Amino acid sequence: MGTLVEEILTRRVGRPVAAGEMLIVDVDFMMSHDNTTPLAIGAFEAIGKPIRHPERVVFHFDHAYPAPNIQAAANQKLIRDFARAQGIRNLFAQGICHQVMFEEGFVAPGRVIMGADSHTNTYGAFGCLAAGFGSSELGVSWVSGRTWLRVPETIRVELTGELPFGVYAKDVMLEVAATLGMGGATYMAVEFGGPFIDALPMPDRIIFANMSTELGAKCGLLAADATTERFLEQHTKAEGPFARLAPVDPDYARVVHLDVSALTPRVACHPRVDTVRPLTELEGMPIDQVFIGTCTNGRFEDMVLAASILRGKQVDPYTRTIVTPASRAVHDRMIREGLVEVFHAAGAVVTGTGCGACIGRHGGVLAPGEKAFTTMNRNFVGRMGSAEAEIYLGSPAAAAATALAGHVADPRPLLAALAAAAAAAAAAPAVLDPEAVR
Amino acid sequence: MSRTWRFGDDVNTDEIIPGRYNLTIDPTELAQHAFCEVRPEFPQQVAPGDVLLGGRNFGCGSSREHAPIALKGTGIRCVVAESFARIFFRNAVNVGLAIMICPDAASIPDDAELSVDFEAGVIRDERTGVEYRAEPMPAFVRAIIAAEGIVPFLREHDLDELL
Repeated sequence: MGTLVEEILTRRVGRPVAAGEMLIVDVDFMMSHDNTTPLAIGAFEAIGKPIRHPERVVFHFDHAYPAPNIQAAANQKLIRDFARAQGIRNLFAQGICHQVMFEEGFVAPGRVIMGADSHTNTYGAFGCLAAGFGSSELGVSWVSGRTWLRVPETIRVELTGELPFGVYAKDVMLEVAATLGMGGATYMAVEFGGPFIDALPMPDRIIFANMSTELGAKCGLLAADATTERFLEQHTKAEGPFARLAPVDPDYARVVHLDVSALTPRVACHPRVDTVRPLTELEGMPIDQVFIGTCTNGRFEDMVLAASILRGKQVDPYTRTIVTPASRAVHDRMIREGLVEVFHAAGAVVTGTGCGACIGRHGGVLAPGEKAFTTMNRNFVGRMGSAEAEIYLGSPAAAAATALAGHVADPRPLLAALAAAAAAAAAAPAVLDPEAVR
Repeated sequence: MSRTWRFGDDVNTDEIIPGRYNLTIDPTELAQHAFCEVRPEFPQQVAPGDVLLGGRNFGCGSSREHAPIALKGTGIRCVVAESFARIFFRNAVNVGLAIMICPDAASIPDDAELSVDFEAGVIRDERTGVEYRAEPMPAFVRAIIAAEGIVPFLREHDLDELL
């Protein structure tokens, strides 16, 4: 009996638990990356005991990989040497940690996953409890294989309606951020559900769990269903049978209802995720760099959407357009299905996978005074490089339309033209018969 | 005689310990700069056994562990607040700083002489006998705090002992 997070933890500890209780729980996987692992190693070594379950420790190289400078290289050498010495075999350098975690099968409903990264919340899209922890805390958990936590209260976000043409899940999440505010769910779980979520494919559902971090939430959760299981079976290495956990007579701290039917494209304005405005109010604002990628919107479906808008057109010559796939698997599929060619032909650069421009260290750093339009999840001051640069957040479609125009642009007219062309092509006979034409 | 120190809502980690002092993790050294910008008399006057009273979202802002370490270095007995920012809450337990979640923290008088029962979750003003309810601190949290943090705790023990 309880909210989804209470159900997950009840199953984990084998007795009913309720919000506010403090628990010690077994952890399935402990994730860290090239930025956070060195600190975790420091805390681990201060204890001076062995790693209890080396098979549960997962290291990723994604924040600055391949290493762009000597310091990053030295950190990564430290991690590899440590992994070798400790018998840690889960080393990945094939994409953004949060994408690779589910691709490689570490994520499944009902699991408990700790990560030394704030967007560890992402895996909650698959009905598991995944939360970000401090780096040193993660190193501590290697010793015990467990962690302590306080069962969080839950805010339910109930989403209904169908999206209007040219409006996407990202726009909905930005509207949720505007409604709850940054810090609006501090230390709480945010449970996303309702008919809108039920009908949503997995790649779009991931956005909601991912950006629950921006609300201050400990975790963001979506109950697993047939859509979740099909995705896990077809697109990840996870093996069933999968736990089916759902809220049972839940007692929510707060319930927020949002009907998406009348929503328009949204933009989160610099420097807060919750200063959200209709995109049309910002139309015409010059943009120096468009960035399509990240753990929020760097998946294959995002790339298909952006490429459909850019296909056969040219991005504005004064605007840099950077496309960074969320993983090597996404990149491979983009190559196979011709998307890389589409982006290149349009004048965009497709980089190797990784966190890239999103952390302002390489792969698209901003200069003072520049403005970026991105598909990222946060837009703090200095996030992409210069503290005097500005960052705006929107959907991949809005980003692609903006890349073509060189200023913030509404994707809907372009999408409408594409839809009309597709309809005309479908209506026209496949091969024109000269007799019939005459 | 111990005293209380009252702070408002949303006390952030930059106020607790400004970033420029985060070059060390030595508790005594950090304690010399605790609240030095917003309450300059605090580092000089705070005494072991004092109690900090906060409002909502105490310890918000960056995830720096230096903030609870600095407060621990002052020797205060406990931070009592209506609520804590998530990472501060975790960091406090892990570095061994006692904290109590007390919805009525705002009604505790400034001149109270407080005693704290962590196990029962009771804060008592010894002058008047008035008691304030707080969330009880579970045995494992008390054990971690008694060991002065989770790293020293794990050196000697195992989390399994607390299950």
